[in-house]
Amino acid sequence: MALTYQVNDKGYYGEFGGAFIPEMLYPNVEELRTHYLEIIHDPTFQQEFHALLKDFVGRPTPLFEAKRLSEKYQTQIYLKREDLCHTGAHKVNNTIGQILVAKKLGKNKIVAETGAGQHGVATATVCALMGLECIVYMGAIDIERQAPNVARMRMLGAQVVAAESGSKTLKDATNEAMRHWINHPVDTHYIIGSVVGPHPYPDMVARFQSVISEEIKAQLMEKVGRNYPDYVLACVGGGSNAAGAFYHYLDEERTQLVAAEAAGQGINTGHSAATTFLGKAGVLHGSKSLLMQTEDGQVIEPYSISAGLDYPGIGPMHAHLFKTGRAHFYDITDEEALVSALELSQLEGIIPALESAHALAVLPKLQAKPTEIVVINLSGRGDKDLATYQQRLNLV
Amino acid sequence: MNRISAVFESAKGPILNVYATAGYPQLGDTMTVLEALQEGGVDIIEIGMPYSDPVADGETIQQSNQVSLDQGMTVALLFEQLKDMRSKVQVPVLLMGYINPVLQFGVEKFCQKCQEIGIDGLILPDLPMAEYETEYQAIFERYGLFNIFLITPQTTDERIRRIDSVSQGFIYMVSSASTTGAKTGISSDQEVYFERINEMNLKNPRLIGFGISDRESFLKASASASGAIIGSAFVKLLGKSSHLQDDIVAFVRGIKGLK
Repeated sequence: MALTYQVNDKGYYGEFGGAFIPEMLYPNVEELRTHYLEIIHDPTFQQEFHALLKDFVGRPTPLFEAKRLSEKYQTQIYLKREDLCHTGAHKVNNTIGQILVAKKLGKNKIVAETGAGQHGVATATVCALMGLECIVYMGAIDIERQAPNVARMRMLGAQVVAAESGSKTLKDATNEAMRHWINHPVDTHYIIGSVVGPHPYPDMVARFQSVISEEIKAQLMEKVGRNYPDYVLACVGGGSNAAGAFYHYLDEERTQLVAAEAAGQGINTGHSAATTFLGKAGVLHGSKSLLMQTEDGQVIEPYSISAGLDYPGIGPMHAHLFKTGRAHFYDITDEEALVSALELSQLEGIIPALESAHALAVLPKLQAKPTEIVVINLSGRGDKDLATYQQRLNLV
Repeated sequence: MNRISAVFESAKGPILNVYATAGYPQLGDTMTVLEALQEGGVDIIEIGMPYSDPVADGETIQQSNQVSLDQGMTVALLFEQLKDMRSKVQVPVLLMGYINPVLQFGVEKFCQKCQEIGIDGLILPDLPMAEYETEYQAIFERYGLFNIFLITPQTTDERIRRIDSVSQGFIYMVSSASTTGAKTGISSDQEVYFERINEMNLKNPRLIGFGISDRESFLKASASASGAIIGSAFVKLLGKSSHLQDDIVAFVRGIKGLK
């Protein structure tokens, strides 16, 4: 039987996925599970979704031939410019989709988690657009580290609540958002920001982000005369931008899928977020996937210079792509990402987000041939990371 | 007969189930707490296995979980602390926790250990019913462990019937849409919900938990179920107690109305 990389009817990708949720969340998740496909496939939903992606988000985002970068690496490099999306990253593709789903389900309040604040901003943005009440949980430590995004969310009318439990970062913000949903089960929809969480979230988020690879196919056809590249590169924290960039190539065997994980200070330093290298099968935030954990099954707090990759798990779809060998995973250190961010800035005039810089940092290791085509998903722009760049690249 | 079933068969008044986080307030307090609960007259004891990410729990229990973990609690250490439990404690004992530490310990090995020690049942809120039926039920039953399921005000009648059909021992009835310790007291809306479930004539008895903190709420809840469960209010007491043994005995007697 041919391997499938799509979710099955029980919510699993191979051995990973499922819905490991307490009974208090069951009615909400079940409501979503039984309706999401019907809602998404409805022509009026599709029309509204695509109109907003076009006129509000600014899609399609360009596929840009990076000539100087290509020359340096002696191959043909194209950048998918998700950094040009409204709000500065791919995250908004998903929040637009989910807020429309929430409206169809009759919900009038939204709760979300955020790490660096990108998903929080994207959620606050669509809530303002649709006039829905918005609460964003954010780790108390992240609130301090990411002050500009906190201000953005507040300016957009969202209530930002500090997660004071555990390590006070993304993992704990996610716990708090789930607890909020448990306490407000009827009128609230939870907009998860990545391809994580209980089924159907990973599949639903991947579908909304799949617009990325849908556009790449058409744009490549126009530019090079074939609709598939030899490689697609994307960074993976939870993995939503990678899921979107891989989606329409999952069954395209001529395309090698390449994921960049945050090694932090190095995978053996104890300060890392490289889940496929350091994790084993476990359950967190409602699904079974690869998870960084102690021998006793307690979740380990990850580390990365990039707040968006600083997550102890990985979406179940990516765990399956890793396990089956369909995607190849690289571990990229903070240092390597910084070097690549500087390189892209000075060769192409584009300052990337630190997350996206991890995908760029695969280039020196990839050894692509001059005839081969490499698409890199440039998931976000670097404005939010300027303080880190300033400090680490001695720009002061 | 499983000790849980025996308690429900022989109970004369409402059943009191008390939750205590293992290794809390001090790492070595687990057995002290169990023995004091029994001395006070508790009917069922629920031992919380601490977890780093307890999503169904509110602030009080989360905090106690973190303290216990920071003090070095693990599943293996808990089994070590409980190994001679049955020479001192006769009331039914349940382990409550999240699925991941159980998976890492090994489900079969975990259940085997439970049986050796004399654990009567498990409450794993993030283990879904469908997974339980396909992957775990046979193993749990092989080692004589009851799996306790939760229902909430949002659970449909149809699902409650299904849960009733796979449950053994009792059904854990969550009193309101909330995490543990988030709300206190029992409202008239909740009493309507309790009565609705009561009228379903389920085959399993029910214990009501979440929001039960004192004798008044215990009695109110017990009016439409076999008894109730106290968690956060007891963990709070553990956190501030300076005479663990005496305070626990007094707490349990106060709830049960014993002299």
